[in-house]
Amino acid sequence: MLETIWFVLWGLLWAVYFVLDGFDFGLGTLLPFAARNEAERRTIYNAAGPFWDGNEVWLITAGGVTFAAFPKAYAVMFSALYAPLLILLFALIFRAVSFEFRNKIDSPGWRKVWDVFQFLGNFVPALLFGVAFANLFMGIPVDGDGVYHGNLLKLLNLYGLLGGVFFVLMFALHGALWMGIKSTGDLHDRAVALARGIWPLLLCAALAFLVATAVYTNLYVNYMKFPPLLVFPILAVASLLTTRFFIASNSVGMAWVCNAVFIVCVTFFGVFGMYPALLPSSMDPAFSVTIANGASSPLTLKIMLTVVVIFVPIVLAYQAWVYSVFTHKITDEDLEDEHAY
Amino acid sequence: MDVVMLSRLQFAVAVFFHFIFVPLTLGLSVLIAVMQTIYYRTGNETYKRMAKFWGKLFLINFTLGVVTGITLEFQFGTNWSRYSEYVGDIFGSLLAIEATLAFFLESTFLAVWVFGWERVSKKMHLFAIWAVAFASNMSGLWIILANGWMQNPVGYVIRNNRAELDNFFTVLSNPYAWGQFFHNMFASWMLAGFFVLGISAWHLLRRNEEDFFNRSFKLAAGFTLALALLVALQGHNHGNTVARLQPAKLAAMESHWETQKSAPMYLLAVPDENAEGNAIQAFGIPGVLSLLAFNDPSAEVKGLKDFPKEDRPPVLLTFLNFRLMVGLGTLFPLLAGAAFLFRNRLQDKPWLLKALPWAIPLPYLAIMAGWAVAEIGRQPWIVYGMMRTTDAVSPVPASSVAVSLLAFGAVYTLLGVLDIYLLRKYARKGPAA
Repeated sequence: MLETIWFVLWGLLWAVYFVLDGFDFGLGTLLPFAARNEAERRTIYNAAGPFWDGNEVWLITAGGVTFAAFPKAYAVMFSALYAPLLILLFALIFRAVSFEFRNKIDSPGWRKVWDVFQFLGNFVPALLFGVAFANLFMGIPVDGDGVYHGNLLKLLNLYGLLGGVFFVLMFALHGALWMGIKSTGDLHDRAVALARGIWPLLLCAALAFLVATAVYTNLYVNYMKFPPLLVFPILAVASLLTTRFFIASNSVGMAWVCNAVFIVCVTFFGVFGMYPALLPSSMDPAFSVTIANGASSPLTLKIMLTVVVIFVPIVLAYQAWVYSVFTHKITDEDLEDEHAY
Repeated sequence: MDVVMLSRLQFAVAVFFHFIFVPLTLGLSVLIAVMQTIYYRTGNETYKRMAKFWGKLFLINFTLGVVTGITLEFQFGTNWSRYSEYVGDIFGSLLAIEATLAFFLESTFLAVWVFGWERVSKKMHLFAIWAVAFASNMSGLWIILANGWMQNPVGYVIRNNRAELDNFFTVLSNPYAWGQFFHNMFASWMLAGFFVLGISAWHLLRRNEEDFFNRSFKLAAGFTLALALLVALQGHNHGNTVARLQPAKLAAMESHWETQKSAPMYLLAVPDENAEGNAIQAFGIPGVLSLLAFNDPSAEVKGLKDFPKEDRPPVLLTFLNFRLMVGLGTLFPLLAGAAFLFRNRLQDKPWLLKALPWAIPLPYLAIMAGWAVAEIGRQPWIVYGMMRTTDAVSPVPASSVAVSLLAFGAVYTLLGVLDIYLLRKYARKGPAA
């Protein structure tokens, strides 16, 4: 029971992470396509300004909680996915640095360099998370000792790449909508137009992913066994349709919320399909890391549950407050502020 | 090189580079919070400008501390998966608590600090700076509780082929961890003090913004002196803990080979590990090693020869780093003492103003050396007396680690150079910019 609660929390942490850092990924990915001049580029940076660092901590916490609650899953996952994780890490390093360094030297060439890193630092993680999670859903070749029998190219299979494209589009839409929330004038209009353009592509990718999941993975077995879980894929499709409705009626805020629900449902759809495995082995189901063979001791799970139940709501409360302080539209005055990126 | 050595080197690169940025974050956040508090209480605009100027340097430094910290969390899984699996029940929970309690608080309120000058009340803004200072220091506590557990594992039981938590309170009250925590925190705060003194001195020598930098200097002078004394005192205390709990490390720190009572300390010694002794040792002061280690000049100090060869740490590196740390640690109270003594007539002492900027790198060096003693001196164990480093490494090919090590080397060098360049640029620019 305790292990199952932790499995759900584990999925929840990833979902929150994708909702929050997802729009940062989208903003950075769209940077070269959406901004026409320096003021617009800086608006996009500052749309993520007060948030990206706090958002990234959800990744650190998701990683830390995996380590604490399912140490074997953490150990096997991180060592098996050695190359993609290090690429992810370098991308995140350059993303953070591009925020901080870009505006520190007054030279167009210097800024251009960091714009490239801002793009890569958001696009690459979006893609890698999609590829990594698709491969997890499918199972990866690890043996009973947690040794990985594959390489980076093996992860770039058809289903993995589809997952990557799906995640990039999902986050791009999320970022376009956030850009719409935070900007005015031409940039706002362009953000909404981008959202409108991305949406049909995302719908196609989502449907293709749902179908391919039936072909390449065993995720649907859980849904056959316990049909109420189907609420997640159904809600995912429904919220994606509602997102389009709100884009059409020019309510970017509501559209962003609906897309956030979509991201949560997509994450839950995948994670609950894997249950009780955190890391399914494609070599032999007996080699999978599951909540039964991968969890920490009951004492640790209880202590960590207490910590999480008390502090995560507090974190959500003060982060929500900070979001409410900084959701205003970015103006020229904001860009002139000495602390702006 | 084998995968163990490559992984150790990679971790060393990752952790030492991370720790270039962290100590300044720990101490400077506190100093800035004090400046902002004075501004809040008195309304004196100079203190607001001080908080903004030092805050800018804080931020340039902070970002690299954050991103290089993520590297460390990844490293345990990517390169030390056997270790992670074996001790995750305890070690992993401390890391997860660190993220939940400290990192969220730090990153979220940093946004309020940086972007909230005009958007939240003055009181809320001040609270945000203190929240960042508190959270960054609290993150230090949790990570050192985790490291302290590797140094002196307590509160666990070996069950299901791994170390499982037995008593959480025992883990939290680990005396080794607390000794290390205070030693490290005092050193980090002192480092921030020297940072402020050094940059202020550079500007005072050029008579830039004298009022501004005089106030910064005076604020930091007493603080730095107090901490330079505290770090030495706590260093001695912590040395006693090491002597009691990690006798092999202590012996390596002093290159002490023969078990003996009234053990002397040699002012000059050159370890020779192959000959199991010192190639040169001179100027021995009788009883001093016993006195320093156990507060008793006749106490028996165990020598390296009493430990099986496979249980001894690398002696030369541990010894040299310890000497470097202690040497610098002796210099700091003198330097900080001079700064404090002459704080009201600095312009009469140009030599001091010239020397202090050059002192900025020294606490960094001392802290690095201290951690090298702690970590190299713990070898061959990853968890002291429980798990060997050679058993802890991930089953990944050496070639993968070699490639990632090269990538870390290249990226970190680039970032380090850029960061120092920017810090220097903005430090020299002064508050007017």
